[in-house]
Amino acid sequence: MLRYIFKRIVMLIPVLLGVTFIVFTLLQITPGDPAKAILGPTADAAAVAQLREEMGLNEPFLTQYGRFVYKLVFEQDMGRSYSSRQPVMSLIMQAFPATLKLAAFAVAIAVVIGIPLGIISAIKQYSIFDNTALILGLIGISMPVFWLGMLMILVFAARLKWFPSSGFSTFRHMVLPSIALSAQSVAVIMRMTRSSMLEVIRQDYIRTARAKGQTERKVITKHALRNALMPIVTTVGLQFGALLGGAVLTESVFTIPGIGRMMVEAIRMKDFPLVQGAVLFIALAFSLVNLFVDILYAYINPRIRSQYK
Amino acid sequence: MEKTTKKRRFLRLKEFWRRLKKNKLAIVGLCILCFLVLVAIFADFIATHDYAEQDLLNQYKLPSKDHYFGTDKFGRDIFSRVVHGSRISLTVGFISVGIALVFGSLIGAIAGYFSARVDNILMRLMDILLAIPQILLAIAISASLGTGLTNLMIAVGISSIPQYARIMRAAVLSLKDQQFIEATKAAGGSNFRTIFVHIIPNCLAPIIVQATLGVAFAILTAAGLSFIGLGLDPGVPEWGAMLSEGRDYIRDFPHMTLFPGLAIMITILSLNLLGDGFRDALDPKLRD
Repeated sequence: MLRYIFKRIVMLIPVLLGVTFIVFTLLQITPGDPAKAILGPTADAAAVAQLREEMGLNEPFLTQYGRFVYKLVFEQDMGRSYSSRQPVMSLIMQAFPATLKLAAFAVAIAVVIGIPLGIISAIKQYSIFDNTALILGLIGISMPVFWLGMLMILVFAARLKWFPSSGFSTFRHMVLPSIALSAQSVAVIMRMTRSSMLEVIRQDYIRTARAKGQTERKVITKHALRNALMPIVTTVGLQFGALLGGAVLTESVFTIPGIGRMMVEAIRMKDFPLVQGAVLFIALAFSLVNLFVDILYAYINPRIRSQYK
Repeated sequence: MEKTTKKRRFLRLKEFWRRLKKNKLAIVGLCILCFLVLVAIFADFIATHDYAEQDLLNQYKLPSKDHYFGTDKFGRDIFSRVVHGSRISLTVGFISVGIALVFGSLIGAIAGYFSARVDNILMRLMDILLAIPQILLAIAISASLGTGLTNLMIAVGISSIPQYARIMRAAVLSLKDQQFIEATKAAGGSNFRTIFVHIIPNCLAPIIVQATLGVAFAILTAAGLSFIGLGLDPGVPEWGAMLSEGRDYIRDFPHMTLFPGLAIMITILSLNLLGDGFRDALDPKLRD
């Protein structure tokens, strides 16, 4: 098992290097001079030229990229924000907890609601419950998260006044954004659970379990669900990544001080180091979540586990 | 020989249509989508007002006989803007998926068909793109390219390439060692001909399903980008941008956000219904 984990971590390194390269290149092709952006439109040409020299902007592309990676890896330095002049890393560290909390809450909601709904739908295939869940699921997948968020603000914050519509300090602040963000994932996890359970329920060993007189409840929880769980775990992992991305829009709607909103502001201000840092950081978090899911998957799947004994 | 292949293709299409027809939800999706395409084509005739015309005496009007969906903060007719928005959303959806489809399938087919080394290089590149959540990748590309319809489509398109590459590669790998491919090669068929004439047409089923769902995703992503101020220039009647304009007025004038949002949802719903239907009809094994 350790060998498997080690192998996966080693495989992650070139991917992350590649991500830094893409993000760095995107920044390079962005029109506009970073030195001018820092000094403002009124700066004189000599000052801009001097800053360009100091920032190393006149050096070849690959040298600049090499220095960027070196600083990132050995000094955890992603440069400074153009607008606030603070280190990008510390800005991200301030904003990340809110994003992580939001995504984690949304995943929790999606799992707690999605999996049971999927199981019931599968057991009662083609029933009224199944059809209703199926249609609600389709609507959930089809709703833009920012629109759902706005509707929830309208109903639960503006009209009913049950929850605040912005901010992220207390539990009550987190209810609406987490539910809005989780809606799509609830639907995706529910659909996956349903089809995975349906696949398993048809197997011979389920018939055997029933034939030997096992209660229906035990057949479902002990025999069926355990075997249906693999694809569900993968889906939940993928959803967590998708939620980190979706958080960008949710944070905008609910004015949550997370990485997503920071990035949107940074794009508006043309503060590219901050954009770059935010994208890199979320990609890193996404990759680590995927790594964790793969390890978990290997752990619960005896077929993979035995390969790496 | 050519004739029998054609006949077989026709029969397969007929069988596909027979299966799709049985799926009521898919037919509903298909009808809605056709309706939306017609709205987009005849937007100029359907719209009751000029979508850009400002009327500052009639701001924030609620839905009425004169303005079916009400007016926005500049007094522009929301119904006409939603109708014209269908044009933009469908264009973005189909073209960006087209971009992803062409490049993704090509990369996937090459990776699956040629040596393990080519495969390794191409698929590791795809892994890198997949390591960034798709909407974030689209945001990053869009931020660096700047606003505008073309850039928006490129950004959404590039961010979807890896998925098509993966599906195509898997399909090609499963076909590569089959006898009819070996026969083509033995008969002296070039790699180019083998890939384009024999392999790709036989791998289309999973790609079509992904493309249908992909259009939905592309429209959602594009709306999301416009919503956060990337994507299109201000004033363009794009649904996401309209939501963004209406969000400050959600408490007092919810009609400004209700209709563009509904338009997005109905479009995405129809594509999802159709995509699910395609999947079931093309691959009976996947049916529940």
